[in-house]
Amino acid sequence: MKFTLSWLKDHLETDKSVDELATTLSAIGLEVEGVEDPAKNLGPFKIARIVEAKKHPNADKLQVVQVEIAKGQPLMEVVCGAPNARAGMVSVFAPLGTYIPGSKITLEKKPVRGVVSNGMMCSAAELELSEESDGILDLPADWADEVGQAYIDIAGLNDPVIEVKLTPNRPDCTGVRGIARDLAAADMGTLKPEPKLAPLNEVFDCKIPVKLEFTPDTANACPVFAARTIRNVTNGASPDWMQNRLKAAGLRVINALVDVTNYISLDRGRPLHVYDAHKIKGALHARLGKSGEKFLALDGKEYTVDETMCVIADDTGPLGLGGVMGGESTGCTPETKAVLIESAYFDPVRTAATGRKTGLVTDARYRFERGVDPASERPGLDLATDMILKFCGGEPSKAKVAGKEPIEERVIPFDFSRVEKLSGVKLSAEEISKTLTALGFKISGKPEAAKVTVPTWRPDVHGPADLVEEIVRIAGLDRIPATPLPRVDGIARAVLTDKQKRARRARRLLAARGLVEAVTWSFIPKAEAEHFGGGAPELDLANPISVEMSSMRPSLLPGLLTAVKRNRNRGTSDTALFELGQAYRGEKPDDQYLSAAGVRAGTSHLTGAGRHWEGNAKPVTAFDVKADVFAALASLGVDPAKAQITRDAPHWYHPGRSGALKLGPKTVLAYFGEVHPATLKALDVEAPVSAFEIFLDALPPEKKKSRARPALAASDLLPITRDLAFIVPKDVAAGDVMKAAANSDKALIAAVNAFDVFEGGNLAAEGKKSIAVEVTIQPATETLTDQAIETITQKIITDVRKATGGELRS
Amino acid sequence: MSDDLSKLETELLAEIAGAGDLAALDAVRVSALGKKGRVSELMSKLGSLPPEERKTFGQTVNGLKTKVAEALDARKSSLETAALDERLKTERADVTLPVRLGPVAEGRIHPVSQVLDEVVEIFADMGFSVAEGPDIETDEMNFDKLNIPAEHPARQDHDTFYFSPKADGSRLLLRTHTSPVQIRTMVSKKPPIRIIAPGRVYRMDSDQTHTPMFHQVEGLVIDETTHMGHLKWVLQEFCKAFFEVDEVKMRFRASHFPFTEPSMEVDIGAEAIGKPGQWLEILGCGMVHPNVLRNCGLDPEKYQGFAFGVGLDRLTMLKYGIPDLRSFFSGDLKWLSHYGFSMLDVPTLGGGLSN
Repeated sequence: MKFTLSWLKDHLETDKSVDELATTLSAIGLEVEGVEDPAKNLGPFKIARIVEAKKHPNADKLQVVQVEIAKGQPLMEVVCGAPNARAGMVSVFAPLGTYIPGSKITLEKKPVRGVVSNGMMCSAAELELSEESDGILDLPADWADEVGQAYIDIAGLNDPVIEVKLTPNRPDCTGVRGIARDLAAADMGTLKPEPKLAPLNEVFDCKIPVKLEFTPDTANACPVFAARTIRNVTNGASPDWMQNRLKAAGLRVINALVDVTNYISLDRGRPLHVYDAHKIKGALHARLGKSGEKFLALDGKEYTVDETMCVIADDTGPLGLGGVMGGESTGCTPETKAVLIESAYFDPVRTAATGRKTGLVTDARYRFERGVDPASERPGLDLATDMILKFCGGEPSKAKVAGKEPIEERVIPFDFSRVEKLSGVKLSAEEISKTLTALGFKISGKPEAAKVTVPTWRPDVHGPADLVEEIVRIAGLDRIPATPLPRVDGIARAVLTDKQKRARRARRLLAARGLVEAVTWSFIPKAEAEHFGGGAPELDLANPISVEMSSMRPSLLPGLLTAVKRNRNRGTSDTALFELGQAYRGEKPDDQYLSAAGVRAGTSHLTGAGRHWEGNAKPVTAFDVKADVFAALASLGVDPAKAQITRDAPHWYHPGRSGALKLGPKTVLAYFGEVHPATLKALDVEAPVSAFEIFLDALPPEKKKSRARPALAASDLLPITRDLAFIVPKDVAAGDVMKAAANSDKALIAAVNAFDVFEGGNLAAEGKKSIAVEVTIQPATETLTDQAIETITQKIITDVRKATGGELRS
Repeated sequence: MSDDLSKLETELLAEIAGAGDLAALDAVRVSALGKKGRVSELMSKLGSLPPEERKTFGQTVNGLKTKVAEALDARKSSLETAALDERLKTERADVTLPVRLGPVAEGRIHPVSQVLDEVVEIFADMGFSVAEGPDIETDEMNFDKLNIPAEHPARQDHDTFYFSPKADGSRLLLRTHTSPVQIRTMVSKKPPIRIIAPGRVYRMDSDQTHTPMFHQVEGLVIDETTHMGHLKWVLQEFCKAFFEVDEVKMRFRASHFPFTEPSMEVDIGAEAIGKPGQWLEILGCGMVHPNVLRNCGLDPEKYQGFAFGVGLDRLTMLKYGIPDLRSFFSGDLKWLSHYGFSMLDVPTLGGGLSN
């Protein structure tokens, strides 16, 4: 919404500066997006008269002119290249030091082909008043009286343009008068009374019938339609002042009839439409469209209407879309001799839907979809009539009104104390009444039980909270005292849930392991989602921003692997990333799960990546990420040793070099392993990459134990270690050997650690391998005899044999 | 006799001094103090001496023995020192060689995660807990219950991502704000309520300053007395604490959101981030709209409170001078290493939110 200061002053009696007005507008909810003050750029340009013009001594195309720049002052010598410069001409002069906006230069004193120019005679383009210029401004000869005056003052251009960004609840402020009303309420001046229109000499009846053709269900589409014809008009150009204002507001100037409707739309927030009355065939029908009907709109494009849209038709078919755009066939042109003015009300919801379907964005739609003042239909018609008679002449018909204005009187019971209760600021009953009254509300009754009637132009005000908003925004939000929110007694308590605490801890643990946290998109390419077990149609966006962001991610890994690829493309191959975030198994709230996932690519080990003089980092393996998983789980209070490791990680992991960590058959805590070569290929990622996913929602809740730690059970007796090597079938898991050893005497065996695995030599041929374990025996109460140690050792050997078929290596 | 002894002493001390290494020295020790050594042999003569001479002789020999032993020890020590010096001369590390700093130095926390931790820390002190909700929402939760009817122009401003319509015509969407968490909280919990709701939100928007996914934190307080003055205080205190400055200039402008009434937009003076002379729009807020309370089964005649929403990514960019929103989600290691935080930078009110 753009308007000029002088336009505002048509409605607001004020001596405030444009800056004061702009500051207030922003404060009361009419956010000023910009103020363009022509004086800032064009102030120095003065009206001047060329007294004498002579050919430049050294240049064919230049003239040297003597210019009167102020009454009674010596003439200025100026070099001028304009072909139209001539003696006696009134034009515009810029003194030295002036910034010329059109050519983006500042004038300096320097000779032009040997003659010093003391300024410049300017064209419209140099003042950015028009695109083209074939010479300096040629002003009316009688402006010679104004020599020395600022050009913009005399030309009526010294009018700052204010642009306001309106919130959708304020249709009343889509007109300058509504903005003036708000400013007047905020003590920025006085709202001027509505201008008195000259009495109309309505000499004839409007001969074009107007018919509202709706069912009771759809009657709200266009409940009222007022029309008037004016005959014998001359449709020329609208007056300069109106053209200047329309241009300042960003509109195109068309002709007087159309300009009047656009002007009233901006001035009063009251859209109107004008028809060339001679082009209407038969009656005007306001009705819903019929499927297949088409019309050529004023924008030169053809639109197809449907049964949901409100059209204005004549007997031959639709002419335009009610409240959105009129039609070409009945448009007003310079040849128009009789005009029909339409002033109607169109339903906001239907107008918005029609606008969306057709993609038409117009000033009429903007106003009707927000809710035009239903009481403005008749005043709008009369104001338009008044202006047209002034600009175009002619004789008006009587007004013809079909239907009834959809005015529902809204009365809000209001206790003035609500203002303080909701806003925290205490305002006097007088101030509250004054503000509401200034905004057009009517108040009756006592302050503690008032009845407030809402003006017809405020469809957004429904209840006491709305009234409080009106009162405090006008009073000024800076008057609301900041009030401490009462604290819970004592020291602040912890507020995070166990799950939230775990997520925080997991994040910092993974970062402590050298992984860098990334945040990747929740939506990924469909092919990738499918590859990771997702891509169900219900998780595909209907309107994705691109195919790269079309499916909700089933796992965090596709995003992380894509990041690995991108980093490699930028020259970093040893990427170690993690993400902690949500992924989606389905569309239900419970299908969203929280995952901590990580990738290690290249040689990005815990201890460091790449080459190093102490030893180069080797390519990452499943064990790098297994360590991440175990460390993370341990830090979250889950003993990973108590979980089973199975080989059934999903298909995006290497089938032989991956594992799943489970509690029972159904509860998967994590997957880890090398990423499947086919997956890497599908995502165009270079090997090697290992990855893990931890399912934070699946972790068993932490047991609520006492904060006191259990007593330390440290023995003074020295532990004994024994190394035992077993020959086992090749597919026996080291974990099973260790478990059998550890379980053979839970009281005394403190630890079992596999420290060597050998699969080569003769063993390979036999389908066997050797696993060497170090068993730590911790005596509890007394030193163990050699005999006792031997007994324990033998039992370990027997138990391992039983569990795995392994034999002690001799 | 004593001449012999003193000669022996001179000889032995000379031998000790002349021993070139520990082995030679040990040979001297054996030849002097060993069982058959020259000093030991003197002692064995003791028995053959007349009783009156024994005592003096014994004392003299013992004296010699002690002297020789001390000389041996001293020589041993100096030989060891010399040997060590010799060895150390050969032991030399090039301490200019590079070391690995280890994982703690390399890992990073994403700036958005870090800032969320900061925000939680501040609001926890004011008694707010953290509420969460799903990203995939219904029209009802994202719009209807928040007083945004289907054809309201505000609903069109949101540029919503939708999923395909179901057989019954309903369709799910990606939440356009974290406000549905307000609704979920109010329908499941009786006031008093103090929550913040952080999370991902989605809008069909992609340019220099907009990404189709970003982060918001929503705040909600519902009880019987909380008013706009409290809202102002909470936001002022938050801004001071978050930007870690004693004063933040704030400007409250009336505005409109369908889910709050009255509504405000809040600007802060950019001197808080070291750029004086500008205003930065940072958040929208207001008193929860009576219709929203009603939609959640709360009586607006009894309950009232405020809500605010702020862009977490924007807060992050402002506080830490990060220029481009789009880089937040690129997974670019160079960017993450540069703008990310150490895991040791745990924000606390006591120790400071940032270092």
